[in-house]
Amino acid sequence: MRKLINAPADVVSDALRGLAAAHPSLKVDPGNGTVIRGDAPRSGKVALVSGGGSGHEPLHAGFVGHGMLDAACCGEVFTSPVPDQIIAATMAVDGGAGVLHLVKNYTGDVMNFQMAAELAEDEDIEVVSVVVDDDVAVEDSTFTAGRRGTGATLFAEKIAGALAEEGAPLADVAAVAREVNERSRSFGVALSSCTVPAAGTPTFELGEDEMELGIGIHGEPGRERVRVGTAAQIVDATLSAIDADMPLSGSEVLVLVNGMGGTPLIEQYVAYAAAAEWLEAHGATVVRRLVGPYVTSLEMAGCMISVCRVTPELIRLWDAPVETPGLRWGR
Amino acid sequence: MSAGSMDAGDFAAWIRRTAERVSADAERLTRLDAAIGDGDHGLNLDRGFRAAVEALPGDVPPGAVLIAAGRAIVSKTGGASGPLYGTALRRAGKAFGDAADVDAAALGSALRAALQGVQDLGKAVEGDKTMVDALAPAVAAYEAALADGSGLAGCARAAAEAAAKGADGTVPMRARKGRASYLGERSEGHLDPGASSTALVLRALADVAGSDGVAGSDAAGEG
Repeated sequence: MRKLINAPADVVSDALRGLAAAHPSLKVDPGNGTVIRGDAPRSGKVALVSGGGSGHEPLHAGFVGHGMLDAACCGEVFTSPVPDQIIAATMAVDGGAGVLHLVKNYTGDVMNFQMAAELAEDEDIEVVSVVVDDDVAVEDSTFTAGRRGTGATLFAEKIAGALAEEGAPLADVAAVAREVNERSRSFGVALSSCTVPAAGTPTFELGEDEMELGIGIHGEPGRERVRVGTAAQIVDATLSAIDADMPLSGSEVLVLVNGMGGTPLIEQYVAYAAAAEWLEAHGATVVRRLVGPYVTSLEMAGCMISVCRVTPELIRLWDAPVETPGLRWGR
Repeated sequence: MSAGSMDAGDFAAWIRRTAERVSADAERLTRLDAAIGDGDHGLNLDRGFRAAVEALPGDVPPGAVLIAAGRAIVSKTGGASGPLYGTALRRAGKAFGDAADVDAAALGSALRAALQGVQDLGKAVEGDKTMVDALAPAVAAYEAALADGSGLAGCARAAAEAAAKGADGTVPMRARKGRASYLGERSEGHLDPGASSTALVLRALADVAGSDGVAGSDAAGEG
């Protein structure tokens, strides 16, 4: 294992010390794994708290700031945060207007946020939880834990964050987060595994000419393993899977071509070119786009594409100013 | 430990014994998890039970021992295993109330409460390829042994054996809960890491409830 680390057990706290040093506007507690907006709590503003395992940077800590999250809770690598962290963050950012918990649909995240929400109730803090489950790679059925939450988490955090910044009430902020989730789908492809620092060996092995279709964001195996294809073929497989689940023809869409951490930007743009052409050919109009590593899986190579069928109101909120370490425009 | 009951020291010994077994097996559990999950189960549980051992209070009844251990696990483990194991221990601890000594029947009720806690939180049933596939048969075997007149040590042994068998039975199953469920049919052919760690916890219980009455010893032998 060759990694830029001091000790496997210290990766998350060391990274948070770096985040704090690089972004003095944030209140970072490396020991507790919480990252909080410097100006929180803001009286009368609905607060947004998200979190999850570390290893997906800039998600979530990199999205704390004006127009997006009020706090992020950083678990160990690929391990959800614990209720203590979540309740600490929730209490630190509550400005009396309630707190929205944005949770990716992974069993551990859902359970830990659920326990934290119960603790918040004891503190008389109103908490509403919205679970993001946008990944079409896994079948939705009553017999499974449902779909995973992946790239659409970024859409939900940005758009709900913009509405909260305008002073909207908790019910409206939660509703727009749910709307974004319902209108979004994602699908990912891995071209290599990643290595969790504490484990020290790759999570899975891929042959030289293999790729894993339908991965999650934790290096967990995907839907199926196939021969690796060209960027155009990979994008076709990805967008076809999304289109089969949520027809895109005739829609205005927001697109995220997301690098998984180990794929250079030049390849992400190759993928975006293919995605833009595919969408145009299939009758969808790309009105906003984002290309880059935003929801990563350590150094895993590959990409994930997320699509949101937007409305004029969602576009307006997407365009609203945002100032965070990982996303910044209009301010 | 007296012949047919366990005191606070015995429950502390159970937590310590579990921590030892989890630590010794952490790498194996992590490898099982890498096959169908994200490869951190052993690491997380090791961290959680180490924290539980550090949190063990002195001079409190058995219920408080398990509640403290459960709280520590929830606080330090994360993932799904933190809430599930933490809730299981807290529910078991609550079931004891303030009793200073826990007999075979009371321990059976507590194990039943722990199973209920896990199912309330995780919504899993037998056959979903989760820790419930080890815990549910363990509780049933414990109760059956109790009904047959076994003492605490015998009941605990029956539970440990049923848990191990239940864990092995997860190999051909297709996961319907947890991260492995996202793999669909590709989850088949793998031992479930959560069921496997549950078997360790119950083996540790059988260890400390061993017939020689020496808490924390390895008299009952390896799994």
